[in-house]
Order: sequence, then structure tokens, then C-alpha cells
Amino acid sequence: MRRRYIAVKIDSDKVDEREIFNAIWESILRLFGEYGASQTDLRLIEYNPQNRQAVLRCSHQALPLVKASIPCVTRVGNQPATIHTQLISGTLKSLRRKLADQQGK
Amino acid sequence: MRGFVDLHLYLDLKDHDKSRLMIKKSAELGYKIVGVTLPQNFSRSSLEEISKICGEFDLDFVSRIDLEPANTNELLKSLRLLRRSVEILSVKCVSKSVARQAAKDRRVDILSFSPIDVKKRFFDSAEAELASKAGVSLELDLAPLLYLHRYRRIRLLSKMREETSIAKKSGVPIVLSSGANDVRLLRKPEDYASLGYLFGLNLDDAKRSMSEIPREIIERNRRKLDPNYVAPGVYIIRRGRDCPDV
Repeated sequence: MRRRYIAVKIDSDKVDEREIFNAIWESILRLFGEYGASQTDLRLIEYNPQNRQAVLRCSHQALPLVKASIPCVTRVGNQPATIHTQLISGTLKSLRRKLADQQGK
Repeated sequence: MRGFVDLHLYLDLKDHDKSRLMIKKSAELGYKIVGVTLPQNFSRSSLEEISKICGEFDLDFVSRIDLEPANTNELLKSLRLLRRSVEILSVKCVSKSVARQAAKDRRVDILSFSPIDVKKRFFDSAEAELASKAGVSLELDLAPLLYLHRYRRIRLLSKMREETSIAKKSGVPIVLSSGANDVRLLRKPEDYASLGYLFGLNLDDAKRSMSEIPREIIERNRRKLDPNYVAPGVYIIRRGRDCPDV
């Protein structure tokens, strides 16, 4: 199964990784329902609380659906928040490389 | 890299700090041009102030007025008065007669409709036909998709899908804007473009609707507002002492 890795940046005060994942998951459920959510195969791969950056994994076919759901997040946990997509890549390795390049600039 | 445009920012001109924050955030998110809605009785000083803030963050500022006329007479009067004072004139259509008149008037740049009351969205194929002939664009604000929930968002998405399909068929340019009045409703242009998936606009078209299409409108109007512009295709290229003796 082909996958896509998505790096996102969370614009909010203190949030934990479970809350971020739940917020994105809720957004997918609200927009596409359980049938749509079942196609995404969404996972949270890692979260760095220092720079508030998370890496998500989803199925290649469900990428447009996940990408449309991410900007619709307006709250994480009990706090107002926004999530911005930073980069999308086919492998975790290339995503990390591109992120490092981006941060190096 | 594309220069992304957010043609529809609502700033509270009295709240200097909030306005500054929104402009700063727009620049951070990757926009190159922002259109700020001004009140109809805007002062030259407020225009200069916003322009100065935009300049600080390397953003190109576009002045814009949203007309919301109650009838066609009011619309025509406002167009006569305001057309040459701002770069973008948008008409928020509250009735079918206003919508029809706005769609066939070349002085109008953008048609917009209420995101809340979908019964007042009058963009049908007849409207699209008129808009296409007059070169008027349809604007879809994306922030309402973030703050509306459940039934209201479902109805809005359904209407936006219908309007997108009609606009594509008739060749009416679609402009995607944020329509944000709060910094929390601002998103990266790519994020906003990915929302196009929800109403049948593919990613490339959505990106064009946030870059090339609004830029064309701005450039066209800036040419028209230039003092050397006379009529379409006619410009003053020399005047006064620059003219050769005949």
C-alpha cells in the first residue's frame, strides 16, 4: 500500500500528541464520516513538542481528504489552535531530509 | 514559486494591533499580495497606514470595497462614485436583481454571496452567462468552512460545489479568498487550496484561483487606474514637452 507522510506545524499553546491526533481525526470524521475516515489509515508517527511539529502518515489515495481536513481544525484539546501543513513526502526519510533542508535555509 | 494572493481580509481599522497582527501572519503564511476591505467612507490616512504596515512585511497591498446595495439604483450610484477610488470592487449580492445587474456591469470585479444564508446565493447559469461576458469573477470565501459546523457547513459546501460546476462550465473565473476577520482563521495558501477538494475544485485550479486569477484582476485594474490610461488598448505614452514637434 502506497503511503504519504505529512509534516504539520501546530499553532497553539501547550498541546499533547494525543490531542493533536484526536483533533485531526475529529475533523476527518466531521467532513467525511466514518466511511471516509476508514480509508485514510491515519497514524501519528511522531510529535516534537519543542517546535510543535508532528508527522502523520496516511494512505496515498486518501491524501486529498486528509489535506482538506487539516486546515479545518480550529481547536486542539480545549484550546483554539490551527494546524498548518508544512511538507508532504512519499517516504519518512525524504520528508526528514526536506524538513532539515527547509530549516537549514 | 507562485505569488499567492488573499484578496479578502477583514481588518478592524480602529484596532491597529490586531490589523498589524493579521497582516504579519499573512506574510508569514506565504502570501505576497493582500486585499483589505475598506469602508465606503475610508480616509486617505487609514489607507496609507495599512499600506505602510503591508510594506513593513513586504506585502503588496490592494485596496478593496465590498458593496452591499439594497437595489440596482444604489448599486449603480455606488459604482459611479467609487470605481476609480479603489483597486477592487466587490458586490455582495443580497437580491437577485442586484446579482443580475452586478454580473453584467464591467465595473464590477467580483461577485460574492452570503456564506450564512445560502438561499441568497443567486449564482445560477443565467448569472454565470452574464458574468462570463462582462469578465466578472466569482469569489468564494473559505473561512466560513472553518467556523461553520454541521448543517450550515453541509449546505454551504453543497452550494459551493454547484456554483463551482456552473462557473467552470460558463468560464467564469473563480477567486478563492480567506474572508478572515481573525488571525485564527488564516491558513497557508496551500492549505486553503486543498479545501477546494471539498467542493470539486482540483488542486491546480484552486492554486490558480489564489494566484494567477486574482493577480490578473489587480493588474488589469491598476492599468485602468493609471493616469495614462484612456480606454482599452489606448494609453498616453508621451505628453507635454516629451512630444515631438510636428
